[in-house]
Amino acid sequence: MSETTDGLAFGSLALALLGGALRVSTPFLFVSLGECITEKSGRINLGLEGTLVLGAMGGYGVSLLTGSPWLGVLAAGLCGVLMGLLHGGLCSLPKVNDIAVGIALMLFGTGLAFFLGKPLIQPQAPMLPSVELGAWSDDEQIRSALRINVLLPVGLALAGLLHWAFRASRWGLALRLVGDNAAAARALGYPVVPIRIGATAAGGFLAGVGGAFLSLYYPGSWNEGLSSGQGLMAVALVIFARWSPLRCALAALLFGAAGALGPALQSQGITAGYYLFNAAPYVLTLALMAASWTPGQTLAGAPGELSFTQR
Amino acid sequence: MNRAMRAVAPLAPFTAAALAAALLFAAFLVAQGFEAPEALGLVVEGAFGSAFAWQNTLARAAPLMLTALCVALPARAGLVIIGGEGALALGALAAAMVPSLTAGWPALPVQLLMALAGFVAGGAWIAASAWLRHVRGINETISSLLLSYIGIALFNFLVEGVLRDPASLNKPSTPPLPDAVLIGPLPGLEVHWGLVWGVLACAAAWFLLRRTVFGFSVGVVGGNPRAALMAGLPVGTLLIAACFLGGGAAGVAGMLEVAAVHGSANASLLAGYGYAGILVSFAARHNPLGIVAGAILVGGIGASGSLLQRRLDLPDAAVLVLQGALFVALLAFETLNRKGARRV
Repeated sequence: MSETTDGLAFGSLALALLGGALRVSTPFLFVSLGECITEKSGRINLGLEGTLVLGAMGGYGVSLLTGSPWLGVLAAGLCGVLMGLLHGGLCSLPKVNDIAVGIALMLFGTGLAFFLGKPLIQPQAPMLPSVELGAWSDDEQIRSALRINVLLPVGLALAGLLHWAFRASRWGLALRLVGDNAAAARALGYPVVPIRIGATAAGGFLAGVGGAFLSLYYPGSWNEGLSSGQGLMAVALVIFARWSPLRCALAALLFGAAGALGPALQSQGITAGYYLFNAAPYVLTLALMAASWTPGQTLAGAPGELSFTQR
Repeated sequence: MNRAMRAVAPLAPFTAAALAAALLFAAFLVAQGFEAPEALGLVVEGAFGSAFAWQNTLARAAPLMLTALCVALPARAGLVIIGGEGALALGALAAAMVPSLTAGWPALPVQLLMALAGFVAGGAWIAASAWLRHVRGINETISSLLLSYIGIALFNFLVEGVLRDPASLNKPSTPPLPDAVLIGPLPGLEVHWGLVWGVLACAAAWFLLRRTVFGFSVGVVGGNPRAALMAGLPVGTLLIAACFLGGGAAGVAGMLEVAAVHGSANASLLAGYGYAGILVSFAARHNPLGIVAGAILVGGIGASGSLLQRRLDLPDAAVLVLQGALFVALLAFETLNRKGARRV
């Protein structure tokens, strides 16, 4: 193979990776922002994997029934709110552990979605529209790489908004106070438990919207193998991003690129080891967690009430 | 309270939770327009209503006992491990490789070697989570599930790649096991010997945790890691050992699925036993003897699935909904427990 074709192949692989990263990162972005809100309040919701799958099913079903994918997105968010309320409510009972409830909801949400989604496997629901950022180019590869979904800019804007809100808004500061020191929040008259339930419900809403992206844009159908741990990886991603919404957005793009590696190589005709390349995001998550966690030390930026980061 | 009351008292929150879960499931079915009383009756009938139902239930309970130990043993050390499915997959794969390397051997040593291979493969996978936790401080719940996904990817990669039997056309599988090394049914029953293995493993785990120095040390690490360090206990070694034993149990579950059910390693042995085992262990409050009962209950729910599908045309995920409802209800009723909060 000559040098020029090598360069071409690399260029188109890079484009496929970029396009894939922009496509695949959206669910990571929404789930991680949602988990970021929840964890800022001092609780961890491991059940967002179940919320994501339930949101994907609910969004697809409502889009199919009403013909409007936007109503689907809303319905997915509401599914997430219900799951969030369940998690938040259960964890507010004495002696109930948030990690265990998260595991239970992961299984419960997936089961519900598979049950209710049985009739949705065949029919084709209306999809979310794309935004053509690459319209200026004649190159089909560039155009397809820059054909992004409408939810991506929404998510990026939301990351900026949350970044501002956590620093400067009244409710953002109250949320952080509740997450950092519940006793102090209580002394100042903030209702700790309702704020935590609200934060878990809001996190559930965003995770549900992330699920709607899976079923209504990419891959753009409903089936039982739709999510493969994106919800759980997004939880790990929040830790890597040290609870900063802006860093969550960057990390989501990085995870998107890792998730796009398998399909991108496949589009270049490299099919050997497809399953192994699909495992790249999991390996990346583990490696990033290993790099960012220091044993025996509380992580910088970790909400003080968060039980599982303290060793 | 007298002795009998004391023995039965811990069952009260469990019974309440089971009733709540049944009500929740019934309400869900009514909302879907299904006949809820009939469905609940069918769950009981499909699980325990006939000799056939019992055999189906017990055949499912066998791997569940072993995958539940993958949660219960680490839980004693204070770790929440949810990656049993990956340990089961790799245990199955390792076990399926043994017969091709031991051609001409008598059956028993081959079977024991298969069990050992499954044990080591599953154990190493879960021990990795404990090691990452101890050395790098990584949360073991997340890492074990990630490792599980990686293990399943590895399983699919190898079964569809280098380890694939060229004769398996539509369903990629490893070469079929020789008939001699297959694990047969118990005398006079349809249930395979794995049930005995499962019960023995639970009994051994109970003895290990409650009657040995090792088990006591693991309990101290789980109860108060700092005190364990102060007492000079090798905390890291104990964490890794508890996880190795638990993962090993899940690996043996994979070996049994290969040797007693499927006859080779293929994707259909990834039927969710690793995930259902989490529910079993939590339902038994991580007590190895309770796991035997919990596995029969959850196995029964699984066994009723096909009856629900046949008679009421319910989706096969109905059993997942019921299991999920049971899990949620169990945790909610945890709040009524008289003992203090549990970290796991």
